[in-house]
Amino acid sequence: MQTKRTIFGNKGLPYLLLAPQLIITGIFFLWPAGQAVYMSFLREDAFGMSSTFVGLRNYTRLLDNAEYLDSVKVTLVFSVATVVLALGLSLVLALAVDRMIRSARGYTTLLVWPYAVAPAVAGILWWFIFNPTIGIMPYVLENLFGYDWNHSLDPDDAMTLVVIASAWKQISYNFLFFVAGLQSIPTSLREAAAIDGAGPFKRFWTITLPLLSPTTFFLLVVNVVYTLFETFAVIDATTEGGPAQATNILVYKVFQDGYVGLNFGSSSAQSVILMGLVVVLTFIQFRFVERRVTY
Amino acid sequence: MVENQRWLDYLAHAVLILGVLLVAFPVYVAIIASTHEPGAFVTGTIPLLPGANTLDSYAGVFAGGVASQMSVPIGVMLANSMIMALAIAFGKIVISILSAFAIVYFRFPFRVLAFWMIFITLMLPVEVRIVPTFEVIANLNLLNSYAGLTVPLMASATATFLFRQVFLTMPDELMEAARIDGAGPMKFFRDILLPMSQTNIAALFVILFIYGWNQYLWPILVTTDDSYQTIVAGIKRMSDVVDSEPLWNYIMAVTVLAMVPPVAVVIFMQRLFVKGLVDSEK
Repeated sequence: MQTKRTIFGNKGLPYLLLAPQLIITGIFFLWPAGQAVYMSFLREDAFGMSSTFVGLRNYTRLLDNAEYLDSVKVTLVFSVATVVLALGLSLVLALAVDRMIRSARGYTTLLVWPYAVAPAVAGILWWFIFNPTIGIMPYVLENLFGYDWNHSLDPDDAMTLVVIASAWKQISYNFLFFVAGLQSIPTSLREAAAIDGAGPFKRFWTITLPLLSPTTFFLLVVNVVYTLFETFAVIDATTEGGPAQATNILVYKVFQDGYVGLNFGSSSAQSVILMGLVVVLTFIQFRFVERRVTY
Repeated sequence: MVENQRWLDYLAHAVLILGVLLVAFPVYVAIIASTHEPGAFVTGTIPLLPGANTLDSYAGVFAGGVASQMSVPIGVMLANSMIMALAIAFGKIVISILSAFAIVYFRFPFRVLAFWMIFITLMLPVEVRIVPTFEVIANLNLLNSYAGLTVPLMASATATFLFRQVFLTMPDELMEAARIDGAGPMKFFRDILLPMSQTNIAALFVILFIYGWNQYLWPILVTTDDSYQTIVAGIKRMSDVVDSEPLWNYIMAVTVLAMVPPVAVVIFMQRLFVKGLVDSEK
């Protein structure tokens, strides 16, 4: 691992400098994570008085549990829909801004501020707009399409609501990185293609999109992580996993089973599975994203 | 571009204007709703034009006029959010700049191990280790305290990596010159490294302030005492009233108040914000 050509010789000082970081990491990250692994092998009795070692039973139970498998499916649908919507919209906006010369800054300012809105607040905002009795969207849907919107009863409506709220919040982030990615594509390439007679759409498919792929891939990983974990607040502020588990994504289920339902063994096993997932995603991010710099 | 296609420019403008409207729509609705009186929401749909109530809802929430739905005055919630955001941003920067300094400018046993221990924190979001983390906080008697609210969130792999990157790009000659002149490590850190990383620190501060302000699950877990409630976590409880219709104008006023500080930071410090965002993902 890299250091400087010359270094300071002090023996104790570096440990002292690292101490705050390592102490906090140890107490609040490593210890609880270890506890989660440990508890995932235990089963507590109904009163929390004693616990017995049950090996992998908490895990095998999860894999047989229809509710858990359902939650996996819900997470998959939610994640894919949110990521596609957030990436798609922001790419279109970034392409449009990339054409602008004088107004680019103004548009950028008007598009980036939702980054600062808390996921929970984003949830509340859309929840208000889609409120079945007074919301503006159900009113429009009812009168234009005769559709009776009710996210507290209809699973698909609820899913649509959380997807929209989560994607809305993520657009600004993706937009900024797409704009940066577009700017790093040499204009000469696009000009050469234009001289060869390629129209704007052909240029997009054959030049811009392939050269943008490192950015897209990076954003894909970041967005998947976002939909898997940070959207907890969106779900909790709006549907709370309902109706009938229709929006109960994995990370919300950990909370429901553990903190609300007090089923520690199962919740810990779910935690461990999710941690495994983050490890894989982080690995992918570092392994492949590093290469994007080589352009 | 080589060719001048007018219709594409118009299309681009149209797309952007639509995008700006789409992005602003929910906030517009919230602001409008906060200017109406509670009665406006009982019949029909949400109004789309400003009401006659203008700033009364805001005055109402500040005066604590909605006691039935708010357990703590809004001023307390805002103060708590501010304390939390500032403490987390400040703490994270101090802790991670010190560890990056140790990792880059010293060579010592277990250096790589320490680096990996910090790296691991990247992989363990609070959301996935809820129950055990809660137990640790409870055992340390940190429930319902500012320490519990902020300290556990101060470890940061991203910030450490960022500063490591910054330090690695600084010319070696600086440090050699400082050593020749007889400066010790801490003097070098204070007089050369800190001033030279100023912009990076400011950019990161912006990002971390937003991060801290927007925390949701953590305050819910750690605080049961209402006097520690933050505004982002508090809105949920307001809209959760069981037996009466939610007072939408007040809820939306609080929602708007919860958005103002971080959004203002992004708008007024846009350059630093963009830099911080791009830097911290490297």
